[in-house]
Amino acid sequence: MIAGISIYDILTLTSILFFIGVYGFFTRENLITVLMSVELILNASAVNFVLINTYLYPDLLQGAVFSIFIIALAAAETALAIAIIINLYKLIYSVEVKDTETMKY
Amino acid sequence: METIIFYILAAIIILFAVASVTSRKILRAVIYLLFVLIGIAGLYFLVDYNFLAAIQLTVYGGGIIVLFIFAVLLIHHVELELEKTALKKKLIAGALSAAGLAVTLWAISTYPFPVTDTYTSIEVADIGLLLLSYEDGGFILPFEVISVLLVAVMIGAIVIAKGSRLSEDRSRKTEVGSQKTEVKN
Repeated sequence: MIAGISIYDILTLTSILFFIGVYGFFTRENLITVLMSVELILNASAVNFVLINTYLYPDLLQGAVFSIFIIALAAAETALAIAIIINLYKLIYSVEVKDTETMKY
Repeated sequence: METIIFYILAAIIILFAVASVTSRKILRAVIYLLFVLIGIAGLYFLVDYNFLAAIQLTVYGGGIIVLFIFAVLLIHHVELELEKTALKKKLIAGALSAAGLAVTLWAISTYPFPVTDTYTSIEVADIGLLLLSYEDGGFILPFEVISVLLVAVMIGAIVIAKGSRLSEDRSRKTEVGSQKTEVKN
């Protein structure tokens, strides 16, 4: 745990980060920037797992392990999504959300 | 001292996160995201979880950001500015996010967290043993599932990114179609 910092400060920080990601997810119109907002959301939840583990159950490790799984899943999801986006750009020469109405042609 | 460092990190994370979702230059948005990820690695260092901080810096700062930069450079002109989002959409999204944040903060502030005073730092050896343990509460099955998932994602990414252009496909299809009609004739 961090000296002088309560768990409420940390949860406030991660909640703000999470909802900044949600705002970006709603407002962005480019697929790559939407994916970046998803990264913000995933990171906020990974920080929550680690910090709740260290503050509430310091003798257990479940939160630490789950944060490792979240990072692995986020990396896999980003690689696959960027492959899909590049393929979409090859198909319709655009990565705007409004142009991707039909995923199947 | 740690309090000051935490608030500096919090300011960096929030400022660059806002910049990352509002910047209209896409490459700059990616670099702002890199600063956010490095700030989160600093948070992990603050709670003495050095292993995850190293993973965060290598996988996110080294891998995912490079992937984003490659995607941006393959798809966009570097100086290209994104379209402006409509003000109405911004207001609705901002109001929804603020409402969600308010509900979350209310729920957090009213919940009595049973914080303990004992403190142990997280050791890498313990995590390795827990990941490979097949006793009660061991994580051997999710560990193996993740490895299968990573192989599937690697193959899937290669297959998807190799897809051919639509125009070529169409010309090929029309060629095949014309050949068929010729055969019929």
